[in-house]
Amino acid sequence: MLTIDNLHARVEGKDILKGLSLSVGAGEVHAIMGPNGSGKSTLGHILAGRPGYEVTAGSVAYAGEDLLAMDTEERARAGVFLAFQYPVEIPGVSNMEFLKASVDAVREHRGEEPLDAVTFMKKAREACKVASLDQAFLKRGVNEGFSGGEKKRNELLQMLLLEPRLGILDETDSGLDIDALQVVAEGVNSLRGAERSFILVTHYQRLLNYIQPDKVHVLAGGRIVRSGDASLALHLEDKGYAWLEDEVA
Amino acid sequence: MGSSMHDTLAAAAAAAPGWLAPARDAARQAWAETPLPTRKTEQWKYTSIAPLEQDFGPGRPEDLDPATVDALLPDIGALRLVFVNGHFAPALSSSELPEGLELVRFAEADDGQAARIREHLGSALPEAGHPFATLNGAALGDGVFLAVAPGASIHEPLQLAWLTAGDGQAFTVTPRLLLLAGENSCLSVVEHFADAGDGAPSFSNAVTELLLAPGATVNHYRLNLEQGRALHIGGVHARLDRDATLNGFCLGLGADLKRLDLVVTLAGPGAHAELDGIYLPRGDEHVDYHTCLEHAVPHCTSTETFRGVIGDRARAVFNGRIHIHPQAQKTRAELSNKNLLTSAEAEVNSKPELEIYADDVQCAHGATVAQLDALSLHYLRSRGVSREEAQVMLSFGFVNEVLESARLEPLRDALRPLLARRFARDPSLMRHLA
Repeated sequence: MLTIDNLHARVEGKDILKGLSLSVGAGEVHAIMGPNGSGKSTLGHILAGRPGYEVTAGSVAYAGEDLLAMDTEERARAGVFLAFQYPVEIPGVSNMEFLKASVDAVREHRGEEPLDAVTFMKKAREACKVASLDQAFLKRGVNEGFSGGEKKRNELLQMLLLEPRLGILDETDSGLDIDALQVVAEGVNSLRGAERSFILVTHYQRLLNYIQPDKVHVLAGGRIVRSGDASLALHLEDKGYAWLEDEVA
Repeated sequence: MGSSMHDTLAAAAAAAPGWLAPARDAARQAWAETPLPTRKTEQWKYTSIAPLEQDFGPGRPEDLDPATVDALLPDIGALRLVFVNGHFAPALSSSELPEGLELVRFAEADDGQAARIREHLGSALPEAGHPFATLNGAALGDGVFLAVAPGASIHEPLQLAWLTAGDGQAFTVTPRLLLLAGENSCLSVVEHFADAGDGAPSFSNAVTELLLAPGATVNHYRLNLEQGRALHIGGVHARLDRDATLNGFCLGLGADLKRLDLVVTLAGPGAHAELDGIYLPRGDEHVDYHTCLEHAVPHCTSTETFRGVIGDRARAVFNGRIHIHPQAQKTRAELSNKNLLTSAEAEVNSKPELEIYADDVQCAHGATVAQLDALSLHYLRSRGVSREEAQVMLSFGFVNEVLESARLEPLRDALRPLLARRFARDPSLMRHLA
């Protein structure tokens, strides 16, 4: 599904990723953990094609294609979805208009007809239930005045409607109370399937109590320094990240 | 302005009722002594009136078929009053008025009505005068007098359409509205300026006076949708008595020349004015909004929000003056002007102008000029939306936020596609909006 090879990336003149390699198979859930500043969020932004994030070396293959050669919207249409750590507010454009534009764009790419308004509304309402987001949020401006938790649930809502092949959750768990965390986890679990993969970028092990990862990686100093199964996350929870400093050095 | 202006004034005078003559003659005298503004005139620094330097004849009656008018005027469930080239078009207008609303055309006023019009006409205009308000008075032939009875709450909005439709010859029209809102009355009025013509040059020189008695509420919408060679210079002058509320909303597309002066005088304690506006010039268009809030007495409030999206090589001017008089203690005034430039050659001159002579006031103002936000654009694209559609959505959202504050829902619904179309060169780019 996704093969990252020796990825180097720079942000504002500063090298952040320094040789990151990672392979995620179809249907797998990978957790990427690591201390602040290790490059976790940068990885998500690079995969989504955010401006200002410059790849200086390495490659990313997604479903056999060169992901880095694709425009941001092409990646999204091909099934890559990044749940933002800090979702953007777009006042004046309703959530509904935004969601319909997104879903239509992705469906069109797949050669599917756009959904009629009634069918779409029905799907959106169902997704609202799963995301535990009141339907009133569909009429409000995109993320406008949403609380931190509501923004995260709105990201989940989008993911539920777009049904990506690769979902990347960038610290979606941070700032969530336990109820909201469970909502997000249930949403992700409901989407899990043989053809759909996830990368969970997180600082804490907590999320992994609810979403069982196939693999856990530790990112430090811009590289993956340790990989293992779910027990690695528990180890990190127990020992913290301090022990990594020796490994990076 | 060409030499034919004199002929035009004479033609207007011939059509006007006799009782208007003294006021008109005084205005003609004043007009003769009024120097035309130049770019050296502070209030006209960024707006050239050079497009007026041509011969404008009088506007002639023109039969517009109802379908043309319906295409220009959205159905907002309103009473409709239509003028074409300055001439009343009864066939296109509603004939019945709700109880409590009196409507008189100047040309048809009886003696009693004429006396009332004379009593109020010009009373909301600035003492120092405004050159084009003076010209309006000098060229006045017909006008609309609206009076809302004290205590009357008129539910149906009134749509007052001032249309131009040329037949090749340049012409000028002189719209005039005088609104008297009685004590504790309530009315929504939509002034709709649009061009149905063949692109022939026209010059509308429009003046609206809104007089709000104590406790009156007026929702006033002014849509200036003329473009190209349909030039417009207009003024809205409002005077609010005690506890009166004016909710003003403006929308201006650009034209070769478009200039609007909005002057609100808060003349009674407890009066409140809200003034919102959107301007959307593109191509080589120009639009200029000069607003002025005169806080003349204590305990009044005003909020003002204007936003513009300026594309291509277009130019916009926003000048927001707040004048707090020495006795106007406990005033609260807010002014916000935000601009979005969607092209490297687009230009805006934004200037808040605060004159505060009282010491116990709260006054906030802010003006910004920016381009489309890169992160917002990325966010939309990261959900599969094309760059072009994302740009349309962001431009639309920027001004739709202001439109959402307009109280008249059918009007909001009618204007949304109009805004979206402004940004979408290809209709498919606006299919998810409006």
